[in-house]
Amino acid sequence: MMFAASEVLAPLRGGWFLENAWLAPVVPTIGFALIVLIGKRLPKKGSEIGVLSMLVSLVMASGAAWQWIQRVGAANEEQFVAPVVRTWTWWQAGGMQFTIGQHIDGLTVVVLFVVAFISTLVQIYSLEYLRGDRRYTHFFAALTLFSAGMLAMVIAEDMILFLLGWEIMGLCSFMLIGHWWEDGANSRAALKAFFTVRTGDVGLLVGISMLFFAANDWTTTNLGLSGFSIRGISAWALSGEPNSTVILVAAFALFIAAIGKSGQFPLHTWLPDAMAGPTPVSSLLHSSTMVVAGVFLVARLYPVFFTGLDILGPSSNVIMVIAAITIVIAAALAFVQTDIKRVLAYSTVSQLGYMMLGLGAGAWLPAVFHIFTHAFFKACLFLCAGSISHSASHHSFDMKKDMGGLRKHMPVTFASWTVSTLALCGVFPFSGFFSKDEIIDNVGANGYTFFMVVGLGGAFLTAAYMTRATYLTFFGQARGASAGEHDTQDSHDAHGSHDAHDSHDAHDTKHDSPHESGILITAPIAILAVLAIFSGLFNATPFGESWEYMKKWVEPRAVVVAQPSAGGPGAALVLSLSEAESGYGDSPCGKEAPVDGICYAPQVNHAKFKWSKALLSLAIVFAGIAISWLLSAALYGRRDPRLVGLTQRNGVARAGYRLLANKYYLDDLYERGVVRAVVGPMAQGAYWFNQKVLDGILHGIARVARVVALVVYRDIDQRVVDGAVNASGELAQSAGTTVQPIQSGRVGHYGALLFATAAVVALVFVILNT
Amino acid sequence: MLISQFLLLGAILFCIGVYGVIARKNAVLVLMSIELILNSVNINLLAFALRNGSADGHTFALYIIAVAAAEVGVGLAMVLLIYRNRRSIGLDELSEMRG
Repeated sequence: MMFAASEVLAPLRGGWFLENAWLAPVVPTIGFALIVLIGKRLPKKGSEIGVLSMLVSLVMASGAAWQWIQRVGAANEEQFVAPVVRTWTWWQAGGMQFTIGQHIDGLTVVVLFVVAFISTLVQIYSLEYLRGDRRYTHFFAALTLFSAGMLAMVIAEDMILFLLGWEIMGLCSFMLIGHWWEDGANSRAALKAFFTVRTGDVGLLVGISMLFFAANDWTTTNLGLSGFSIRGISAWALSGEPNSTVILVAAFALFIAAIGKSGQFPLHTWLPDAMAGPTPVSSLLHSSTMVVAGVFLVARLYPVFFTGLDILGPSSNVIMVIAAITIVIAAALAFVQTDIKRVLAYSTVSQLGYMMLGLGAGAWLPAVFHIFTHAFFKACLFLCAGSISHSASHHSFDMKKDMGGLRKHMPVTFASWTVSTLALCGVFPFSGFFSKDEIIDNVGANGYTFFMVVGLGGAFLTAAYMTRATYLTFFGQARGASAGEHDTQDSHDAHGSHDAHDSHDAHDTKHDSPHESGILITAPIAILAVLAIFSGLFNATPFGESWEYMKKWVEPRAVVVAQPSAGGPGAALVLSLSEAESGYGDSPCGKEAPVDGICYAPQVNHAKFKWSKALLSLAIVFAGIAISWLLSAALYGRRDPRLVGLTQRNGVARAGYRLLANKYYLDDLYERGVVRAVVGPMAQGAYWFNQKVLDGILHGIARVARVVALVVYRDIDQRVVDGAVNASGELAQSAGTTVQPIQSGRVGHYGALLFATAAVVALVFVILNT
Repeated sequence: MLISQFLLLGAILFCIGVYGVIARKNAVLVLMSIELILNSVNINLLAFALRNGSADGHTFALYIIAVAAAEVGVGLAMVLLIYRNRRSIGLDELSEMRG
C-alpha cells in the first residue's frame, strides 16, 4: 500500500512528561545522595526522602505513559511512532562524542511505570518491615539507588547509559543482599550474586564493543548517530548490512549477559541465594528490577537478536533452548525447597524462562506483557512471604517447620497470596493467564511445537509447586513458631536486628500468636493483589482485538521509515516526521533488507486466540493444582505412611531427590570445578614460571655477570675506583651525620619534606620559565 | 575563562590532599588524601585535554585512575597488616623507618 505522505502522516504529539522522563531516574539518584548525606539526621532516618523520590518517579512515569498513549492514539494506524529522544553531549574526546540521553517508546514506558510503581510500594512496605533495623538509613539509600539504576537503564538512549544502569544495579544488589552481613552466609550470598552476574557482564561489554565497531560507520553515515545508539543499532541490524558472523557473535555475547542477570540456566544459581537479603529487596529484585534487566536487554535490542540468532527461522535458537531448560529445571527445584522465599525464587527463574522463550520464539509482545503482569503478582507473593515472617513465624521462612494453618490469622495476606498464586499459575480471569498463555500460544503458532509442550509442562509444574507452598503455609496444622513455640536459639532467619526488632509493640503484646501485619504492610500487598487480578486486561486477547491495548501502545510498528538525509544531530527530528511506505502486517522488516528506508523493529506474527488451546492449558493447570493438592494433603496433612519417607525408601525417588536437593550439583561444579580448576593451575603455572623461567634467566645473567665482574674487579675496581670511593665515603659520612636528625622515621615528616622539595623545585621551574 | 576555574579546582584539591597527607595521623585518611592529590592531577589533565582538543589527557586520566585503584589496593593491604600487628593505624606510632 502506498500513501502520499500528507494522507498517512499525522503529526506526533509530544508532551512535558515525555520530554522530561529523564527525571524519573535522576530524582532517585539525588534522593540517594541526600539520604547518604543527611538521612541520619532526619526524623524518619532518611526513609521519607526515599519514598518521596520514588513517588516523584512514579508521577513522571505515569505521566510519560499517559502521554505516550495519547501520542500513539494521535498517530495513524500504520504509522511508525517515533520514540521521544533527547540527548546531551556527555563527554567529548578527540573527535569522538559520547552522548547521554533518553529514548522513550512503548517498551520504555511500560517498564518505567512498573519499576517506579513497585519500587514505591516496596519502599512503603519497608518502612514497617525494617523498622528498628540498625542500618535503616543505608538500606533506604541502597534501595533508592537500586531503583534509580534500573530506571536509568530503562530510559537509556545508548548502550553506555544502559551499561551504567546495569552496573549500578549489580552493585546495589550486592549491598542489599548482604545487608545483614554480620552473618557469614549473607555476605557469601552477596558475593556469589555479584560474581555470578559479573561473569555474564563480560558478555555485555564484549557485545556492546562489537556492535559499536561493527555498526558505527553505517549509523554515522546513514543516520548521523553513534554506534552506541539503540536506534542506530536496531536500524543497522535490520538493514541487511551486518556481517552474519559478527552479529551472531555480538548477539550471543549480549545473551550471555542476559543469562547472568536474568538467572537463566546455567548461571541461575545466584538467584535463590539472593534470598539472604531482606524480603522487600527480594521482592523488588525478583519482580521488576535486576532480573528483568536481562529480559529487557533482549527486548530492547531485539533486532540484533532477531537477525543474529535468526529468530523465526526454521530451526530453534539458543535463546529458546536455554529458556526451555530453565523453565523445567527451576520448576523442578521448587519442589524440594522448604524455604518459602526459595520456592518463589525458583518460580521467578522459571517465569523468566517463559519471557526468554517468548522472545526467542518471536513472541515479543507476550514476553513484554509477561514482564508487566509478572512484576505485580511476584512482588505481591514476596511481600506476602515477608508479611508472614514478620507477623506470624518469628522471622522464619521455613514452611515445614514454622508455618501452616495461617489462613485464619492473616486474612489479607492469605487472600492476596491466593490471588497472586492463581495469577502465577495462569488461571483464567487472573493476569498471568493472559500473558503466559499468550507466550505458549505464540510459540506454538510460530511452529516450535516442542517448546510449546515444554511451556505447557512448565505450567503444570508451576501450578503444582505453588499449590504445595500454599498448602504448607496456610493450611493444615500450625507448626513451630506460628503455633506459638518460640525458638530461643536464633536458628531461623538471620535477622540482623533481631533484638531491636522484637522489641517493637506488636511482638510484646501478642508475642505468641500469629496475627495480621500492620497497614503499611497489608496496603501494598492488597494493591498488588488487585493488579494481579486486573493487569491482564491490558492485553486480553480472548476478548477480541479491541482489548489488545498493549499491542497498540507498546509494540513498535514494523514499517519501513524513509531514510533521513545523512545529517547531524537534527536526524531525530527528521525521523519523527518521516513517512510510512509499507502497510503494517506485511512489512519486509526483518525478512529482507528494506529498500530506500530503514526499519526499527522486525515484523512478528501474532497467534489467533482459540479457546480450544486455552482450555487445554487451563486443564493442565487445574490438573497440576489438583494432583499437588491431593499429594500435599496426604503427605503433609495426614502423614500418609505410603508417602512419608518415600525419598528414603525408594531408590529412584531418592536419587531424584538428592539431585534436586543438591541443585543438580551445579554449585559444586562451580565451586570445585570452575573456581578451583582455574585458580589451582594458575597458581601452579605462575610458580613454575617463577621457578624455571625467571630463575633460569636470572642464573644465566648471574653467571655472565660473575665472569665480567672478576675482570672488572682486578683491573678497574682495585686500582681506579677504590681511591675515589674512599674519598667519597668520608664525604658521605660527614654529610650523613649532618642530616641524620631529619630521618625521624615518621611518615608525616617524610611527606612534608617530599612536598616541600617538590614545591621548591616547582618554584625554581616557574622562575626559570618566566 | 573556564580552564582557569578547572585549574583552580585542581589546585585547591591538591592543597587539601597535601594537608591531609601531612597532618592526618590515620593511615586510611592519608590514603584518601593521596587519592585526592591524584584526582586533582586528573582534573588538570582533563582541563588541558579539553583546551587542546586531544584525547591524550583523557587517556592519561584513565591510566591514573587505574593506577590509583591499584595503589589504594596495596595501601589498604599494608594498613590492614599494620593494624593486625599493632592494633592501631596511627601513623605517628610508626617509626621503624628511622635510619
